[in-house]
Amino acid sequence: MDEQGRVEFTKEMKKDYRILIPTMLPRHLKMLAALLNAYGYHAELLENTGKEVIDTGLKYVHNDACYPATLVVGQFISALNSGKYDVHKTALFFTQTGGGCRASNYISLIRKALVKAGYGYIPVISLNFVGLEKNSGFKLSIPMMRRMLYSVIYGDVLMVLCNQVKAHEIHKGEAEAMADKWTKLCVDQLKKPGILPYSRIKKTYVDIIRDYKTIELDGIDKVKVGIVGEIYVKFSPLANRFLENYLIEEGAEPNMAGLMDFALFYIYGRVLEYDMYRIHKKSIHILRLAYKIFVRKQQDIIDAIHKESDFDAPTPFAHTVALAKPYVNYGVKMGEGWLLVAEMVEHIDRGTNNIVITQPFGCLPNHIVGKGVMKVVKDRNPGVNLIAIDYDASASEINQQNRIKLLLANAKQEIGPGEKN
Amino acid sequence: MSGSALVGVDIGSTTAKLVIRDGEQIIYRKYERHFSQVRTKTLQMLEDAESYLKDKEIKIAISGSAGLGLAEAAGIAFVQEVYATYALIKEREPGTDAVIELGGEDAKIIFLKGGVDERMNGTCAGGTGAFIDQMATLLNVTPDELDELSLQCEKIYPIASRCGVFAKTDIQPLINQGVQKSDIAASIYHAVVNQTIAGLAQGRRIEGKVVFLGGPLYYNKGLRKSFKEILKLDDAHAIFPDYALISVALGATIFASNQQETYSYEDILSSIRSTLSEKSKVNSMAPLFLTQADRDEFAARHAKENVEYADIKTYRGDAYLGIDCGSTTTKLVLMGAGKEILWSYYDSNKGNPVDVVKKQLLEVRSLCGENIRIAGSGVTGYGEQLIKNAFHVDKGLVETMAHFMAAKQFEPDVDFILDIGGQDIKCIKIKNNAVDSIMLNEACSSGCGSFIETFAKSMGYKAPEFALLGLDGDAPVDLGSRCTVFMNSSIKQAQKDGVSVENISAGLSVSVIKNAIYKVIRANSPTELGDHIVVQGGTFLNDAILRAFENEIGHPVIRPMIAGIMGAYGAAIYASESGIGESTLLSLDQLRNFTHTSKAAVCPGCTNHCSLTINTFSDGGKFISGNRCEKMNNGGKRKAEGLNLYEFKRKKLEEMFDSAAPDSDEAKASSNGKLTIGLPLQLGMYDLAPLWYGLFTDLGFRVKFSGFSSRNTYLAGQDSIPSDTACYPAKIMHGHIIKLVEEGVDAIFAPCLTYNLDENAGDNHYNCPIVAYYPELLKDNMDVLKQITYFQPFLNINDEKELAREFMMLMPESLGKFTEAQYLHAIRAGFERYHKYHEELRAEGERIVEEAHKRGMRIMVLAGRPYHVDPEINHGIDLLAESLGFAVITEDSIAYHVGRIPTKVLNQWTYHARLYSAAKYVTERDDMELVQLVSFGCGIDAITTDEVRAILEREGRIYTQIKIDEINNLSAVNIRLRSLLGALEMRDKEKQV
Repeated sequence: MDEQGRVEFTKEMKKDYRILIPTMLPRHLKMLAALLNAYGYHAELLENTGKEVIDTGLKYVHNDACYPATLVVGQFISALNSGKYDVHKTALFFTQTGGGCRASNYISLIRKALVKAGYGYIPVISLNFVGLEKNSGFKLSIPMMRRMLYSVIYGDVLMVLCNQVKAHEIHKGEAEAMADKWTKLCVDQLKKPGILPYSRIKKTYVDIIRDYKTIELDGIDKVKVGIVGEIYVKFSPLANRFLENYLIEEGAEPNMAGLMDFALFYIYGRVLEYDMYRIHKKSIHILRLAYKIFVRKQQDIIDAIHKESDFDAPTPFAHTVALAKPYVNYGVKMGEGWLLVAEMVEHIDRGTNNIVITQPFGCLPNHIVGKGVMKVVKDRNPGVNLIAIDYDASASEINQQNRIKLLLANAKQEIGPGEKN
Repeated sequence: MSGSALVGVDIGSTTAKLVIRDGEQIIYRKYERHFSQVRTKTLQMLEDAESYLKDKEIKIAISGSAGLGLAEAAGIAFVQEVYATYALIKEREPGTDAVIELGGEDAKIIFLKGGVDERMNGTCAGGTGAFIDQMATLLNVTPDELDELSLQCEKIYPIASRCGVFAKTDIQPLINQGVQKSDIAASIYHAVVNQTIAGLAQGRRIEGKVVFLGGPLYYNKGLRKSFKEILKLDDAHAIFPDYALISVALGATIFASNQQETYSYEDILSSIRSTLSEKSKVNSMAPLFLTQADRDEFAARHAKENVEYADIKTYRGDAYLGIDCGSTTTKLVLMGAGKEILWSYYDSNKGNPVDVVKKQLLEVRSLCGENIRIAGSGVTGYGEQLIKNAFHVDKGLVETMAHFMAAKQFEPDVDFILDIGGQDIKCIKIKNNAVDSIMLNEACSSGCGSFIETFAKSMGYKAPEFALLGLDGDAPVDLGSRCTVFMNSSIKQAQKDGVSVENISAGLSVSVIKNAIYKVIRANSPTELGDHIVVQGGTFLNDAILRAFENEIGHPVIRPMIAGIMGAYGAAIYASESGIGESTLLSLDQLRNFTHTSKAAVCPGCTNHCSLTINTFSDGGKFISGNRCEKMNNGGKRKAEGLNLYEFKRKKLEEMFDSAAPDSDEAKASSNGKLTIGLPLQLGMYDLAPLWYGLFTDLGFRVKFSGFSSRNTYLAGQDSIPSDTACYPAKIMHGHIIKLVEEGVDAIFAPCLTYNLDENAGDNHYNCPIVAYYPELLKDNMDVLKQITYFQPFLNINDEKELAREFMMLMPESLGKFTEAQYLHAIRAGFERYHKYHEELRAEGERIVEEAHKRGMRIMVLAGRPYHVDPEINHGIDLLAESLGFAVITEDSIAYHVGRIPTKVLNQWTYHARLYSAAKYVTERDDMELVQLVSFGCGIDAITTDEVRAILEREGRIYTQIKIDEINNLSAVNIRLRSLLGALEMRDKEKQV
């Protein structure tokens, strides 16, 4: 352990250490795990969940730290405690953005928790693209990064389609089953050694879209609810108490933007910083190039969906960016920054007038870009329903549900308010 | 069937409401507490209304937060309560602009004009009705009496309005200081109103015609008055309808009338009955006792932990008196020379501790008669100073020390004491027979003991009775372990699911314990606490709590049978060991003639304008409380005047305000036709003020600062705060903007700085998200900004030329045109000022350290953020530290000695890097102690506090943390700092031995 408390993940460890990955976006990360395995690692996506995870997290994380930290630590430590793994041959894996909110310190919190729980010798691998922590046993090659990008895209495609279909399917469970099936197929494709031409990826989008078209739908008009928020709480069912499923049960159709948007936000954010402050001078060319590639890839999905189906496709990122402009300065970059605002407006732009803003209790950036913009978004878009919901270990589910019910009641106009004075 | 009926049921957190309508006419209404028996109660209420419902064709709808589960289980239509209210108001009060409804624990605002908008209280907003009940209990009056009292008030005291727990922390000391109950009562209502505005309006002004609904607003005249006053509403615009109590149920009848389905009376009863047996789905835990044998062993073991007693009537000789004037209770012990207890007293202080103590002293003095001489007396607890002065008690001691002294009697090797009192949790770690560290609960998790009591009462039980029920719970409900306000919501959930009282009681006990262990102590294994644990405090007299604690840590602990009076016992022991000789405690005659009056005043001593309570005693003695510094009780002098770097910082800033003032020479000389730029002095502006001041004056502007904050600054801007869980420094920004606009500035400059100055002390140099972007938030949440030029540019201040380029691009046209060279010149002038300010700061810091050495004083590094210098943000903690004999310096005056140090966290914020460096520096010096100030709601400090603690404790140093918020009372801080002082003194003694 070095003086900063870090245990390096060495080349030796790469041979036989099992790398545990927390559940945030189950499908995306399952593909990522498979991908790592294809490159000689032994990764596994954690699937432990529930009260045990939350309780363990509370035990090892500061009360004031945010909820995602509690859950991630809880999931790791309870997995290590489970006896399922040889703890002396296990490493943990987590992402780090290097941004100005405390999420960049989750890794430190995980390490502190490990020490507290007696696992101080377990290495934690940081996945980041800003050179924060280096591990001799964990390196990303260009082909690997490319395949990682594909897994993100597949994850997004499956999420977007599954959400649209799930709320309307006649035979319950079909959409999820199909997503599971495609996750497996995509994993098989990604982990197969050898050349993987992009044309094959594009072909796969088409196959997925076509497959989803075969699901029988009820054709009923449902209230569309957009979900935006802090990235972990927004995506992780463990954190948001299965918000998507709850909305579907309540007769609504949940919608959310995918992980690609966050990746684009992250890259483009640095380009913007160059424009605003003249920093990142050395990397600006690579950043611009990466941005172009990502935008292009997103456009391919959009085109495929439009060409093959009537499904709603993601919004082109440039348009997403433009939507935020009247509301928030692009300099607001911590946490989800201006992207969170952009996603709200994007939902409205697409005709989804009901939006749930999810955030961990006490989330700092969300004071600014969540609750902080509700007034202006409402003022400029009369008739839009916005609610902010705080998530944490002790937030009562009934309060949360009650607020969602209020949103839905407004949306359905059961008594017919809606007429504006 | 004979006719039809519309039924609306509203089940809130504490009450159930039933309304039956026949057409437009209300034929039946009922409002009852449901004592958490939601389903049984609903059934019973419907049965009671049989004569109105039998043989009718019924349409029904259920509403209310606790009604959701019932409606689902019974298959009856449910309408969200805000929605029900909306429908009702549209029908009954057309033209209404806003509806304010306060319920047991919910608060709602519905805005009807300009886009319907409903707001409900979030997870961090305390209850309202339940909160008022709790406060009434605290004052030992009924809610009705509280209302009566409030109408006679003379002075309003600031009470934190964020949540019940905070408010209570403010109220408790007011009670102990002897503030008039009527003033407290009215202040409580004011806090409720402010809470409603800050927590719910979130930037929307409440104006026009406002309808007030719900129980508290129906019953409390004083609360109505407060709402009308603060919202400035006349009788025509403040509507208090006669259906305020049952509005949601009445609204539900409207919803019912739109339902297709009709029921017979019997149908409804049977569908509700069918839910009674439904198995609950809540998370439950193992019972407190698995077997009867466990329970017997537990009872037998704890019965043994007792002290010797002697009969006060037969005892002869010297005795020692100990008084513990706690936050909610007063305890007295008379102890014989052999530490046997002769007499004791434990009861609520009934909101008037002086009277309680007087009565008991009379009693004990009479009992002593000629046979027993009181040879010494000691007092501890919140009311220590007041009682000491009132009754001439010989010795006062900080309560942590008192508890340690008492605990030693039961376990000489005690290494850990956990005391859960009415309002606070104290953990004392003992090492080498000295207090090693102390942890107090932060405002967020306090109130646990009295919470159980109040909750028991609300369910119709006495606290001990309620606790006993918990021992029988077969599946305690899991209520989480955050602050008590959250528990309230969890209980609501449990009630919804029909959990039994036994299991709620047991669950509550487990939650209180988990809260103490994992939140206050933050332990992760029992071995971390200690091997010889003594638990005490009134709350531990509750066997369910005790058992929950043993279960949680996995081994037995000692609970003295006198757990409730340990503080008083410790004070008596302290008195007996102090070699007092002749006690100054008032004699029987003096006690008989003793009277006490208190009145409120504002201290004229300095700009803090503390709210004082002047207690006058019949012997002419006076005690002044509520003051931050000791000046008023110390002959008008401060002990360490001039040795306070916080004060120096404020002085330097004030010099800048003065030279910026319109009537100063500097300003006059250049004021011709110049525009005035306003700089809001909060958050990042505190540190960078010299930079921006220098920059804009160099460009030829007049500069106006908003000045230091006060409570009124906060109140002026509170109706535009969008997120009530942000930190106080952020929320007070709104008031600074209002102030500048009112003072007529032409523009306000508030830069957004993702990156602060790079001081080469960390991995990066960010600002926190709030400091970085709060000015951006203000833009769209404060309508007053439309009246002026608001300039909130996103800047990079680490490169002068780049900064000049950015000003060229971003400077609003209305402020004029300048060349890049002019900007560069101004920027350099600004930085010159900035660096000069920091140099002066460091030099003064060094002078203070030297002077402190000369005088043999301890030095406190009061470490926080630059904006913690604000007197309203730190509430005068620097002055308090000074009054305890510390010279006070800041983290930024020493951090530069150290520079970058290796940390286990990602060291990426400029201000926080200073903290780490300062902590490291302190570990290298024997003469300094570090106390960290943390703003409540600061997410970043969740990271930094652990790291600063680790840096200090690694080198065997004491870490002290003080959380600050709107709370204006320093009593808790006082205990902390005095405990620190006590621990330091003990350490010094150890060293000398």
